[in-house]
Amino acid sequence: MSLVEMSGIRKSFYGVEVLHGVNFQLKAGTVHALMGENGAGKSTLMKALAGVHRFDGGVIKIQGKPADIYSPSDARSLGVAMIQQELSPVEELSVAENIFLGREPVKMGFVDYKQLYRQTEKLLDSLNLNMNPRTKMKALPMAEQQMVEIAKAISQNAHIVIMDEPTSSITNREVESLFRMIADMKARGTGIIYISHKMDEIFRVADEITVLRDGGNVGTWKKGEIDTEQLICSMVGRELKSQFPKVEVTIGEPILEVRNLTLAHQYEDISFTLHRGEILGFVGLIGSGRTELMNSLFGITQPEKGKILLEGEEVTFKSPRDAVTHGIAYVTEDRKGKGLVLPMSICHNTTLPSLRKFTKSGLLQRRAEGNAVTRQVSSLNIKTASTLLPVKSLSGGNQQKVVLAKWMMTEPKIIIFDEPTRGIDVGSKAEIYKIMCDYAAQGNAVILVSSEMPEAMGMSDRILVLSNHRFSGELRRSEFSEEAIVQMQFKHMISRRNDDDRSDVK
Amino acid sequence: MSQLDPGVQIKRRTMSRRQFVSTFGSLIGLILLIIIMYALKPNFLSTSNIRNILRISSINGLLAVGMTFVVLTGGIDLSVGAVMGCAGMYSAYFAQTSMNKHWMVAVLVGVGMGLIIGTFNGVCVSYFRVPPFVGTLGSMSIAKGLTFLLTDAKPIPSLSTEFKFLGGGNIGGWLPTAIVIMLVVLAICFTLLYKTRYGRYIFAVGGNLNAAHVSGINTKRIICSVYIISSVLAALAGIITSARVTSGVTSTGDGYETNAIAMVVIGGTSLAGGRGRLWGTIIGILLLQCLTNGLDMLGVNTYYQMIIKGFVVIGAVMLDGLNAED
Ligand SMILES: Nc1ncnc2c1ncn2[C@@H]1O[C@H](COP(=O)(O)OP(=O)(O)OP(=O)(O)O)[C@@H](O)[C@H]1O
Ligand SMILES: [Mg+2]
Repeated sequence: MSLVEMSGIRKSFYGVEVLHGVNFQLKAGTVHALMGENGAGKSTLMKALAGVHRFDGGVIKIQGKPADIYSPSDARSLGVAMIQQELSPVEELSVAENIFLGREPVKMGFVDYKQLYRQTEKLLDSLNLNMNPRTKMKALPMAEQQMVEIAKAISQNAHIVIMDEPTSSITNREVESLFRMIADMKARGTGIIYISHKMDEIFRVADEITVLRDGGNVGTWKKGEIDTEQLICSMVGRELKSQFPKVEVTIGEPILEVRNLTLAHQYEDISFTLHRGEILGFVGLIGSGRTELMNSLFGITQPEKGKILLEGEEVTFKSPRDAVTHGIAYVTEDRKGKGLVLPMSICHNTTLPSLRKFTKSGLLQRRAEGNAVTRQVSSLNIKTASTLLPVKSLSGGNQQKVVLAKWMMTEPKIIIFDEPTRGIDVGSKAEIYKIMCDYAAQGNAVILVSSEMPEAMGMSDRILVLSNHRFSGELRRSEFSEEAIVQMQFKHMISRRNDDDRSDVK
Repeated sequence: MSQLDPGVQIKRRTMSRRQFVSTFGSLIGLILLIIIMYALKPNFLSTSNIRNILRISSINGLLAVGMTFVVLTGGIDLSVGAVMGCAGMYSAYFAQTSMNKHWMVAVLVGVGMGLIIGTFNGVCVSYFRVPPFVGTLGSMSIAKGLTFLLTDAKPIPSLSTEFKFLGGGNIGGWLPTAIVIMLVVLAICFTLLYKTRYGRYIFAVGGNLNAAHVSGINTKRIICSVYIISSVLAALAGIITSARVTSGVTSTGDGYETNAIAMVVIGGTSLAGGRGRLWGTIIGILLLQCLTNGLDMLGVNTYYQMIIKGFVVIGAVMLDGLNAED
C-alpha cells in the first residue's frame, strides 16, 4: 500500500491552471525524487500535500484513507513535514526557537528553555552541525539557515518528509550528513519526497523518480530504469548537448586588482587579480568567507585594510551604489533577502538597478523598459504569463533567473555571481553558462562563487580556494581536480581545530 | 510573451470575483454610498454640496496623499495634523493685515515650517534609525508646542484679503482655490510616483529595503524625502485652512493624522509598505468625506458617526485582505 497517493491534483493561480491533474505515489521507506524544469509545478504539488496551498481538484490519500488537508497544521497532524524551497526563518528568534516553533517543550505553562536548548543540541549533533542553538537566525549564513530548516523538518518525526531543494545552498560536507539522515529515516519506514536539480544527488538517493512537465505527469521510473540522459530528455523534452559550453578566450589585461584585503572575522589578507575575458572561480566551504569577500567587493561592507584597484585606479565603495556606478554587478546568493523585491512586478524588479537607462528628461520610458525586459525574459527563458505579475508568483528557479536578468541589464564590466544557478534546472543552467561565457568573451570579467564542483571546474579559467577566511591556493584550468580543491579547502581548517583544542584546555 | 503588454490582458481575463471585489471594493462602496445618499437626500448631489465636499476633501486629501508616500516606504507620519496646525498658525501670523506683507510671504513661511519639520522627521527616521512611529510622535508634540508658543495659544484674526482667497476664494467665481491646489498637487504626485525613478524607488524601498540597497538605491535619501513631502503637503493644508476660516486657530489639524491614515488604508495601501496605489487613496478620501457629509445631512449624531467610520475602515481593510491569494 502507498503511504501517499495523490491523484488528479489540479491547482490554478489567478485563473491560470498550473497543475492539470497530476498523479503521484510515495511508498513507505523509500525516497521518491520529483523532477522537472523550473515552473513545472513540483513545489506547487508538494505545497498541496503540505497544506500550504488549497488545491482545486483531485484526491489525496494518506495510508489509503482520503485526507482532508486544509492547512499546514492539518498536514502536520497527518505526519507530513516539509522543507520549503524558500527559507522562511523567524530572523529575530534563535536557532532552537525556530526549530521548535509552535511545539516548544513546556513546563508549568512556560517554555522550558533548558529542555529546548538541550533537545536542539542533541538534534544538531545528530546532524553533525556545529552551531550554537542560541544564535539568532539572522546571524547565520544562508547555508546554515538551510540546515536549520532541515533539522526542523527532521525533528518533527514525521513519516512523510518533503524536501524541496534541500541542498540548493549547502556544500558537499552538509550534503553528506543530510544523506546519512535520509538513510536513517528510510530504515525507520519514513517516506521521503526529494526535489532537486542536481542529477548526481538524484541518482544517489532516489528509489523512484517522477518527472513533471508543464503541470502534467511525464512518467515514473524505478532506480536503474533510467539514466541521466534519458532523465534530462524527459524533463526538457529534447536532447541536451554539452552542459558546459566553455570556450577558450584570450585573457586580457587586468581589470580588478585586490591587494591584501582584510576584514576581521570575515576574510584575511586576500589578494588576487581579475583579467578581462576571464571567469575566475572562488570555492570554499561554508564559512570560508567567500560571500563576505564579495560583499566587500560590492560595497555592502567595507574592508578594514587593503585596497581595490579597478582598471588600475584605486577605488573605495562606500555603498553598493558606488559599485554599480563603477560598472560592477552582484548576483547575490540570497535571492529573497537581498535579490528581489517580492511584491514588485517582474518588470520593475528587472530594471531596478538600471532604471537610469530608461529615463529621459526625468521621466520613465515605459515602452522602452517593457521591450528591454521582454527581451531579457525571453533570452533567459523565464516562465511567466506576464512580466507585470509580482515576482513572488514565479517558481523558485524562475525567480533566480530574474535576479540574473536584473544584473545583466546593467551591462556591467565585472559581474560577481554568488551561486548563480541555485535552484535552476539543467536545461536553463546550460543556457546561463552560455550567457556567462559570451559575456566574458566580450572583454568583461566574471567572478563565479560556487559550491558545485562541476560548475566551478566546468566554467572557470582559474580557481581560487578559500579556507577558513584565508586564501589557500590557486589552480589553473589544466590543474583542476576535485581532490586538489578539497585538500585546499581544508588547508587552514586543521590548524583551527588545533587552536580550538588549545583554548579548550585553558 | 511576444506581446508588449500581456499583463493587461491577463488582468481582464483572469480576475476572480474575489479579486475584483478587493480591488474595486472601495470604489464600489463609494458609488453605493453616493446612490444611497442621493435617494435619501437629493440635495446631496446639489452643485453647492458637491463643491463643498470636494473642497473639504482637498484639504484632508493633501494629508492623505503625503501619507501615502510615507506608508509606501513602510513608515508612518503621526505629525501631519500638528504640522498642519503649526503651518496654519505661522502663515496666519504673517498674513495679518497689520503685518502688511505680501501673501506669498505668509505662504512661504507656512511651507517653510513644513519643510523644517519634515526634514527633521526624515533625518531622524532614515539617518538615526528612530522608528517612524516614535520619531513622528515626538515631532507632533514639538510642532504643537511651537504652535502654542507663537501667540500664547490665542487665535490670530483679521487676515489679508489676498491670503483669504487661498481658502475661501473661487477661481473664475465658481471653482474653489483649494480644489485647484489639490489637483495640481495630485498631478505632480502621480507623475512622481508612477513616471519617475524616484517613485519606483519608493516602492522598492518599502518592498524590500535590503534588496533596494543592494540594487544601488540611496535608500536613506528616499526614506528621508517622503517625510518631507508629507510635511510640506500637511503645511499646505494648514495654510489653506487658516485662509478659509479667516483666522489662525491653534486647534487646526487636531486628530487629522488618524483621518489621513484611514484614507490611505481604505485605498488599499499596505501599512507594511511596498504595496499600494495613489488612486486608491483618492477613493479613500472621497469615501470618508462623502460619508461625513452625508451623515451630517441626515443629522446623525457625531458619536454615532465615529462608530460608523471605524467600521468602514476595518471593513475596507478586510476586503483588501482577500487579495492576498494563497
Ligand atoms: N503564488 C503563486 N501565484 C501565481 N503563480 C504561481 C504561484 N506559485 C507558483 N505559481 C506558478 O505555478 C507554476 C509552477 O510553479 P512551481 O513553484 O510549482 O514550480 P517548480 O516546479 O517548483 O519550479 P522550480 O524548479 O523553479 O522551483 C509556475 O509557472 C509559477 O509561476
Ligand atoms: Mg520549486
